[in-house]
Amino acid sequence: MRNELVTAFRAAAVTLVLTGIAYPLLVTGIAQVAFPAQANGSLINDTTEPSVTMGSALIGQSFSDPAYVNPRPSAAGAGYDAAASSGSNLGPTSKALRDRVAADVARLVAANPNAPGEVPAELVTASGSGLDPHLSPASVAWQIPRIAAARGVAADRVRAVAAEFEQGRALGVLGEPRVNVLLLNLALDRRFGQPHLGASITPK
Amino acid sequence: MSRPAPSVFGRDAALRAIRESFVKLDPRLVARNPVMFVVEVGCVVTTALWVRDLAATAPDTPLWFSGLVTLWLWFTVLFANFAEAVAEGRGRAQAEALRKTRRDTTARRLVGGVSGGREEEVPASVLRRGDVVVVVAGMTIPGDGDVVEGIASVDESAITGESAPVIRESGGDRSAVTGGTRVLSDRILVRISADPGQSFLDRMIALVEGAARQKTPNEIALHILLVGLTIVFLFVCVTLVPFAIYSGAPISTIAVVALLVCLIPTTIGGLLSAIGIAGMDRLLAKNVVATSGRAVEAAGDVDTLLLDKTGTITLGNRMAVELLPLPGVDVTELAAAAGIASAADETPEGRSIVALVTKMFPAAAAADLRGAVFVPFTAQTRMSGCDIHDRVLRKGAVDAVRRHVATLGGNAPASLGEIADRIGDQGGTPLAVCDGTRALGVIHLKDIVKTGIRERFSRFRAMGIRTVMVTGDNPRTAAVIAREAGVDDFLAEATPERKLELIRAEQAKGKLVAMTGDGTNDAPALAQADVGVAMNTGTQAAKEAGNMVDLDSDPTKLLEIVEVGKQLLMTRGSLTTFSISNDVAKYFAILPALFAIAFPEISPLNVMGLASPLSAILSAVIFNALIIVVLIPLALRGVKYRPLGAAALFRRSMLIYGLGGIVAPFAGIKLIDMGLAAVGLV
Amino acid sequence: MTVQGWIQIALFTAAVFALTKPVGAYLYRVLETEERPLPSILGRLERLCLRLCGRTADDEQTWRAYAVSLLLFSIVGIAVTYGIQRLQGVLPLNPQGFGAVPHDLALNTAVSFTTNTNWQAYSGETTMSYLTQMVGLAWHNFVSAAAGLAVAVAVARGLTRRGGPEGGKTIGSFWADLIRSTVYVLLPVSIVVAVVFVAMGVPQTLSAYREVTTVEGAKQVLALGPVATQEAIKMLGTNGGGFFNANSAHPFENPTPVTNLIQMLLIFVLPTGLTWTYGKMARDQRQGWAIFGAMAALFLAGVATCYFAESHANTALAGLGVDQATGNLEGKEVRFGIANTALFATVTTDASCGAVNGMHDSFTPLGGLVPLLNIQLGEVVFGGVGAGLYGMLVFVVLSVFIAGLMVGRTPELLGKKIEAREMKLVTVYMAVFAFFVLVPAAWASAVGYGTSSLANQGPHGLSEILYATSSATGNNGSAFAGLSANTPFWNLLLAVAMFFGRFAMIVPVLAIAGSMVDKKTVAAGPGTFPTNGTLFTVLLIGIIVIVGALTFLPALGLGPILEHYVGAAGKVY
Repeated sequence: MRNELVTAFRAAAVTLVLTGIAYPLLVTGIAQVAFPAQANGSLINDTTEPSVTMGSALIGQSFSDPAYVNPRPSAAGAGYDAAASSGSNLGPTSKALRDRVAADVARLVAANPNAPGEVPAELVTASGSGLDPHLSPASVAWQIPRIAAARGVAADRVRAVAAEFEQGRALGVLGEPRVNVLLLNLALDRRFGQPHLGASITPK
Repeated sequence: MSRPAPSVFGRDAALRAIRESFVKLDPRLVARNPVMFVVEVGCVVTTALWVRDLAATAPDTPLWFSGLVTLWLWFTVLFANFAEAVAEGRGRAQAEALRKTRRDTTARRLVGGVSGGREEEVPASVLRRGDVVVVVAGMTIPGDGDVVEGIASVDESAITGESAPVIRESGGDRSAVTGGTRVLSDRILVRISADPGQSFLDRMIALVEGAARQKTPNEIALHILLVGLTIVFLFVCVTLVPFAIYSGAPISTIAVVALLVCLIPTTIGGLLSAIGIAGMDRLLAKNVVATSGRAVEAAGDVDTLLLDKTGTITLGNRMAVELLPLPGVDVTELAAAAGIASAADETPEGRSIVALVTKMFPAAAAADLRGAVFVPFTAQTRMSGCDIHDRVLRKGAVDAVRRHVATLGGNAPASLGEIADRIGDQGGTPLAVCDGTRALGVIHLKDIVKTGIRERFSRFRAMGIRTVMVTGDNPRTAAVIAREAGVDDFLAEATPERKLELIRAEQAKGKLVAMTGDGTNDAPALAQADVGVAMNTGTQAAKEAGNMVDLDSDPTKLLEIVEVGKQLLMTRGSLTTFSISNDVAKYFAILPALFAIAFPEISPLNVMGLASPLSAILSAVIFNALIIVVLIPLALRGVKYRPLGAAALFRRSMLIYGLGGIVAPFAGIKLIDMGLAAVGLV
Repeated sequence: MTVQGWIQIALFTAAVFALTKPVGAYLYRVLETEERPLPSILGRLERLCLRLCGRTADDEQTWRAYAVSLLLFSIVGIAVTYGIQRLQGVLPLNPQGFGAVPHDLALNTAVSFTTNTNWQAYSGETTMSYLTQMVGLAWHNFVSAAAGLAVAVAVARGLTRRGGPEGGKTIGSFWADLIRSTVYVLLPVSIVVAVVFVAMGVPQTLSAYREVTTVEGAKQVLALGPVATQEAIKMLGTNGGGFFNANSAHPFENPTPVTNLIQMLLIFVLPTGLTWTYGKMARDQRQGWAIFGAMAALFLAGVATCYFAESHANTALAGLGVDQATGNLEGKEVRFGIANTALFATVTTDASCGAVNGMHDSFTPLGGLVPLLNIQLGEVVFGGVGAGLYGMLVFVVLSVFIAGLMVGRTPELLGKKIEAREMKLVTVYMAVFAFFVLVPAAWASAVGYGTSSLANQGPHGLSEILYATSSATGNNGSAFAGLSANTPFWNLLLAVAMFFGRFAMIVPVLAIAGSMVDKKTVAAGPGTFPTNGTLFTVLLIGIIVIVGALTFLPALGLGPILEHYVGAAGKVY
């Protein structure tokens, strides 16, 4: 028994060093050399001011300005808090969920008077991570009349930019077609100029 | 020949069983069966609640409902007790019939053993192992034992049901006698081989009565599983109470108890011991006495079956079928010599030679036998024959005859050996005939395979059992008979040692071996075999070594023993499956009923459309109790075994007891519910 | 449901099927032969590790010794991880400066990772330092999986080794199995997969969290860390403990549909391979395929049900003017969509992984029932690494017992008789599971300090409780995550459930192996019920479903099933 206990300690030490220290350090080394961009969070720097990092290509951000594509509701912290990922965890018979969606629908309908059809579910449902960087092309399309109006450009021009950012299924089968909201919004700014932020941001 | 089974529901037997059902409510007795014990505890709880409710002004549940549920819960226990009581009653009836044979017997015990001269009269019940008793014509043999002196004809019909008397004599393989049988002629001395209460019959009586019934290994394993399921369902039902309270739909204690009783495997739990008792009983009805339930269960697992050729596969005696003269010898001369040499031979072989000669060569058979001196068979000469006038006629084993001829100065031609070999190749036994120094020819003795034996063996094969024929014959002869009889394999030139080796070899391959035997020299093999069936005609040594005795001394009885063993397991397995499958329907009856009032939205789950929640619960409880009664006959009779492959058998049973177990209670519960609604109860 | 969705499910299933044999053969080679791969690298590492443990490769152990080794190793593991969490404030690699993890949470987490559960009452990015994640947690992801693999192989040895007079009573060496599983299987695959994950966007850094200014000018702190290394072993070892709170729904853990596919394959690859390994050890591949068949059927039934349910609109949102044509999207990521989320949920609970790429708590009632029921069936549908096979073998023993009785022959599995002792152990196994799922759930549902953690009320609240105790006892680790499980009551309750759900089930299973290993092997004949065909597969499915359904139906009836009906009637809580 005592022998076994000694072995248990030694085995714990051996495996701990091997898998808990050597393994992550080895892979970190490889990653930092071979794929530094990805390994450090796929960061996006401001095109005009390269020292300023604007976010990660993989992580969603809050956008509430009507000139931007607005992402899904987020349950991560106060919204898109990338240090507090979370879903809403509201169940299918949750009154809280129903109330939240009802409020979001009312807000969206008011903000998108010219939107086609009912509000896409995506725009009123929180993602699992609270950091979902994507929207489906349909949910982007639903917002385009508002964006075009806010930016004072023709909807078709916005649509054309959005189409460039449409990502298909990987290998034609995997996943769902989607648009990266942050990248699209950055592209919209590049194409049509930055909107006047501040005035139009609805206070949280 | 089998004994007719006593009627299941004879009036007296039924009354007695009903009486015992109540006696068995004693918690100390019920506690042996944890499944039913849980039910009984539930009964006590609901009874107490009902009594409390009698005094209450506004009970949780209507009094009639809690009263009826309580009543039917008690019935559940009573029905299970009844099943056991009926099975025991049947066993007791069988045992009673056996026991009758030995009542009031007095024995004449020899004081001082065989050599002692003085006799004393003692009751049979005080005889101990080793006592020697005198039994004369007209007396009942007072106990199991071996004939140590004398020969007698014995009427064993009390045990075997066979009315023809049998011969029992000292020495040899027909020395064992059974207590309760009657000596018809002569006088024998019998050494008693069992202490009081230890004889085969005593043990069998104890087994069928259930008194000494040890649970068989598979029964124990199943029992554990049933207890495990009961524990799991206890968790399920007890935790349902707080879950229901959380959900805002609290459930009454009586409903929880009802659910619990319906879920735990009461059907198989209530019938389990009845099945076991009935299995032993069925075996006894086939005139087989087993010393333990374990042996019966093991019989169901047998892979390899060793069967003696003689008496089992072939008729006990070989028959002369052909006369083959040597070149230059007239067949008539051979026939005449064979006839004379066999004229006084009273063995079946000898008589068959005379019969053959008489039939084929009537002229040769009409010989004048005056002055003939008959020479009997001895183990040394291995010949028999007749000296008539100056002729020395002998018949016997080929090599013995050859030596005999040589001794007289003659020389048997090589063709004698050739003919003999040819007969051997055909599975026959050659018997040479000579007249003085002249070898005349060979008699072809043939083993006659019993009719219908092939079919029996193919049945064994279908069961997955390999048959091996054991014979003292040479391999060539054995091969031919084996082929003719349809056995899978054979052991030729068998000796007790080789038999034992064969059993060990099979067991080393992971096979379970059964064998039948009767002789004392079979005892080691019988003991080594997993299932050893001794013939009742055999020696006491053989009977002691085996774990079963066939009172009919029919070696093919093994087939039926195997079937009883398999039936025992199948009945348990099928009813277990049935019992568990039933739970599906019970869930559909009870769960919606428990919560329908708080949550009318779940009414689609009431797939049976039961009249009301109370009716649903009551119907399920009633069904759960009644199904035990309905299945009693099946438990006693056993599920029918069919010699199919395991897969086919399983598919069949699953369809009947698995699928049937799911469907039947839907129909049953609905019918009971309709009945309850019809009488306006719910 | 869409055609594309079904194609993805079919593609995944085909890939799983294709990997079964090669992976199974590899596992067999590593654990049951002396011709192991890469002797000059991995062989040396193996011998070095064993030498450092003070063991040689072949000191065979009886089941008791094997169990004792496993228990001691696990208890040491719990102590070490508890200690690291308590001390993380003063240990290195803590760029965010997290303080000590509270007692109850540290204990819960230590037990959770040691038992391969990876139940996370904490949120990774706000609680655990990098060191704790790497050393305290990911270490267990390796060794708890290796231990599971070891137990599975030991049990398979018990069933398949030829008994008899020469046959030993031993079932292998725990230490050798542990080291070999780690060195030859888990470590090399994890290294490769981790690098691939990095290439696809999963971070792997020891630097601190990165603060950025968003396009709209707000501050956003990007939680980072050595994510890829933990991600690889988290899936391969069916551990499921995410680096971040959102687990595989988090874009850093699972950035693309391709990483998602790889993650799902990693969950299943060892459990499915083990069925082949078992067949090989049984000297009859069909024994393995029969088990595989039962697992595959239950998997497909689960994924079809879940996908079907999740493709339906959320009834609570009916009439609000929301276009729910796609299905129930609350808690799901756009890049995965309904099909991949339903598939992931099924896979992660078929196996005892517990990683999630969408929030199960927000599934429709029936969609959420599938993962819950998967766990309650014992996670034997491929199951956890090792745990799936040995759990399934318990059901196999039970099935063989019932079938044996029904064909009138003492039940045999691979020629060995199933007797009272084995049934006793099977019974203990079933009863322990039922007890630790139901009784803690009942307790929690009855007391204020239990129900106060609920995020949802009504039947869904009961589902959250049931899911928590099922997940803990089943060592799954996924959750109806609305439950605020980081309270002393829940932390301790679930720690107990996880501990017994792991070890009080492994010990009886090892005991079965021990009692079977030196049994005489009986030759199979036409009267023996065959355990290598479709008939057995069907029976096995039936037994699993019936046992699981009968045990949990009443509780489920008040949880997801009730919620389904009241939800359809438009009720909200």
